Amino acid sequence: MASALINVPARAKRGDVVEIRTLTSHIMETGFRRTAAGDLVPRDIITSFTCRYNGTEIFRADLFPAIAANPYLSFFTVARESGKFEFEWIGDNGFVSTASASITVE
Amino acid sequence: MPSTRRQFLGFTVTAGTIPIVTIHPLEATPAMLSTAIRNVVGEAQLRSGKVRLDIPPLVENGNTVPMTVSVASPMTATDYVKSIHVFNEKNPQPNIGNFHLGPWAGRAQVATRIRLADSQKVVAIARLSDDSFWQVAADVVVTLAACTEEVN
Repeated sequence: MASALINVPARAKRGDVVEIRTLTSHIMETGFRRTAAGDLVPRDIITSFTCRYNGTEIFRADLFPAIAANPYLSFFTVARESGKFEFEWIGDNGFVSTASASITVE
Repeated sequence: MPSTRRQFLGFTVTAGTIPIVTIHPLEATPAMLSTAIRNVVGEAQLRSGKVRLDIPPLVENGNTVPMTVSVASPMTATDYVKSIHVFNEKNPQPNIGNFHLGPWAGRAQVATRIRLADSQKVVAIARLSDDSFWQVAADVVVTLAACTEEVN
């Protein structure tokens, strides 16, 4: 399955605002391009991204063809407790990809 | 379209702020842009300010344009940003992305990389916890377009 790069600080102080950066490999075919023969290339994009922090959704994105290939997303959250971030990408043609990262909050 | 000059001028006056543009079939039109914005905002008033859109004014390659949207908000339990919506004027589709956040974010900022099929306006809109909407627009000049080129 597709590979993802996740960047989350390994440690944070309680109450710190931390940045989460994710990158996943995906062609993000727009569905508006044509081959040299004139055939429309069918759309194949990631349509939804979700991040959960210890099971609670903290960030969600609806993506459209105007998002560049290999979607990169950066967002923030308050580090409130140690635990796990879970990431999920959902797209066309049954595409599902998941990843996770741990954080220690002191 | 009305035929006489007088009728035509009257029409453009009633049309008010709608800009007159040439329409290309494979592009989102400003009308599509405003429809997409209305789908998010509804009948609520759209005010300028609070939102900041960082995007290069001149890009060589429209296939990947870095973009950061940030909103001036204290991000407390009672005053925070609910969502950020980004639109374009001339891609085949007016939407770029919707980003849902909440007071737990601590900072109302999202960044991603987008595609731009032409030199155009990019609009970012934030929905705050009091359901007010704030917007900012930026013009981007693109030398190599994205999205609609031929597949090799």
